[in-house]
Amino acid sequence: MWARAVHLGLRAAARGRRGFTSKADPQGSGRVTGELIQHLERLSLVDFGSQEAVARLEKAIAFADRLRAVNTDGVEPMESVLEDRCLYLRSDNVVEGSCAEELLQNSHRVVEEYFVAPPGNISWSKLDEKQPFSHR
Amino acid sequence: MAAPMLRWCCPGRRFAFARVGCGSCHRRGPPTGSTSNGKRGQSSVAQQPHITAQKPRKGEPEWAAVVGLEIHAQIASNSKLFSGSQVCFAAPPNSLVSFFDASLPGTLPVLNRRCVEAAVMTGLALDCHINRKSLFDRKHYFYADLPAGYQITQQRLPIAVNGSLAYSVYVGRKPSQMVTRTVRVKQIQLEQDSGKSLHDDLRSQTLIDLNRAGIGLLELVLEPDMSCGEEAATAVRELQLILQALGTSQANMAEGQLRVDANISVHRPGEPLGIRTEVKNLNSARFLAKAIDYEIQRQINELENGGEILNETRSFDFKLGCTVPMRDKEGKQDYRFMPEPNLPPLLLYDSGSLPSSADPQQVINIDQLRERLPELPRVTRQRLVQQYGMLPEHSCVLLNEVGLLEFFQNVIKETRAEPKKVTSWVLNTFLGFLKQQNLAVSESPVTPSALAELLDLLDRKAISAPAAKQVFEELWRNEGKTPAQIVAEKKLELLQDPEALEQLCRSTLEAHPDVVMDLKRGNPRAINKLIGLVRKATLGRADPTAIKEVLERQLSS
Repeated sequence: MWARAVHLGLRAAARGRRGFTSKADPQGSGRVTGELIQHLERLSLVDFGSQEAVARLEKAIAFADRLRAVNTDGVEPMESVLEDRCLYLRSDNVVEGSCAEELLQNSHRVVEEYFVAPPGNISWSKLDEKQPFSHR
Repeated sequence: MAAPMLRWCCPGRRFAFARVGCGSCHRRGPPTGSTSNGKRGQSSVAQQPHITAQKPRKGEPEWAAVVGLEIHAQIASNSKLFSGSQVCFAAPPNSLVSFFDASLPGTLPVLNRRCVEAAVMTGLALDCHINRKSLFDRKHYFYADLPAGYQITQQRLPIAVNGSLAYSVYVGRKPSQMVTRTVRVKQIQLEQDSGKSLHDDLRSQTLIDLNRAGIGLLELVLEPDMSCGEEAATAVRELQLILQALGTSQANMAEGQLRVDANISVHRPGEPLGIRTEVKNLNSARFLAKAIDYEIQRQINELENGGEILNETRSFDFKLGCTVPMRDKEGKQDYRFMPEPNLPPLLLYDSGSLPSSADPQQVINIDQLRERLPELPRVTRQRLVQQYGMLPEHSCVLLNEVGLLEFFQNVIKETRAEPKKVTSWVLNTFLGFLKQQNLAVSESPVTPSALAELLDLLDRKAISAPAAKQVFEELWRNEGKTPAQIVAEKKLELLQDPEALEQLCRSTLEAHPDVVMDLKRGNPRAINKLIGLVRKATLGRADPTAIKEVLERQLSS
């Protein structure tokens, strides 16, 4: 999953395509800087843990780089491997839900049918304590 | 034709200055030709007034503000965008959540046809180009109310692009000085809503309810063609009316079905655009314009005091009446967009390209949807003006007040009175009473039938206009009496005998020679005194216009 995300990012960067905001080295020297590791860890909440992990990542990038050997001039990139499949459209009927008890069993902590999570990003103004306040 | 006006068409607006052509809010010599004071647009906000900042030097242009909007509208559908769990506003926490919504492994998104139709209809209503092929992407970020860690959206190729939204603003003091403005619709895309977080600061935890997670949203991106809070608020109001007319969203801001984020920057006219800030979660129509105007003012003050604007996200604190910074300064968010691997491209067809052997359930025909589009607000307003001869601003008020148009049309159906009379009574008397007691149309003690009956009495000249007003007041008390009953009880019927009226007028003239003399000497107000005297004599049962006519005839003979 990791390799795929980074690989797509590289591919996009190489084609200069908009929409993929990858911070990987565009010319594919395969070296992953400490700064990039920090950035990736923050974004993905994956702990690289060791130099070994970084080395493995660099190897994965090098492996994916071999795609560059293929000449794709004038070839339209695919959207996905499913792109010629039919996208199934479901009718607008209610057919699932009502399984709160079951779902809540998955949660480590529960308060009155709510999942409990540690506090997230909240507004610096602490005046809205009592008010449920949803953020993006 | 015209879209909603600023201020007096929008119920509940508290802003006192809305009659400014907003294009001129922050500039001198505006292109709209408004003569208003450029500072007026800034006077509604609760922070230090503009006058304490440095005044621009003589001849130097003032500031121009630029406002763009990102609007999220919850699609009115039975089930969610990619799952079959129910869409409903208030329900026990986590009771409307399927395994997919909770992001359990092994679940896959399945697209809801109704949501696609809603997006296409909205795109058509806003004159967008509908993309025959659109794509779904994943937008990654971590937050407890987003169980998957990503939101499925349409970043690369949205379903509709390049449309426009028209709305009207006043540019002068008179109601008739209206100008239509348009804001370009950059794109409309389908995306998932997230769950709801309730922050419990006391126990340092956040409670998560996923009922809302996965509900279909239409994200509408409006280009920065607006220049102040009132323009933005008016555009949003018109969008609400359109979505409600289409039935694609109930667009009720109070219930979170319509959420607005604003992108705001200021610059000196002629110079490049300034750094913009994003103001999020403007979830009330009331605070929308206020928040935007506050932020514009804040940026102007900051720049005039030599500071600089940070490209940050802020939220509006309605208690303090100001915007406050929101996110941690972690630098720009990297959403790591990638194609949604579980969804093929969404293909739409028109009558020309529809594959003949296709299952109708599995294909969407844009032309068919276009034919089925209901009447849009601007067309409704035009029709009202043409059909009933009312002024554009009247049609505006009728549409802007919830339930008022239906009330009006029900009265028209049941009465033989002229439409202009009905318009006047509904917009002035009826609406006036509602506003006085802060009631919605649905809470009105007077039914359309009652008003229709009253107007019939007036039309038949069974009662006079002042008497009709009295009857209306009685009806408002809601004691269960019909207009006819009230008229009988209070003896408000007009004198039907013309001879009796002539007699009364003559005797009044004879009894008050001094007033007659006054009138003959040229005092125009004397006639009113005479009319009043006759009215008293008739115990209020004569129509003032009829009295006036008789008196004038008698006096001139």
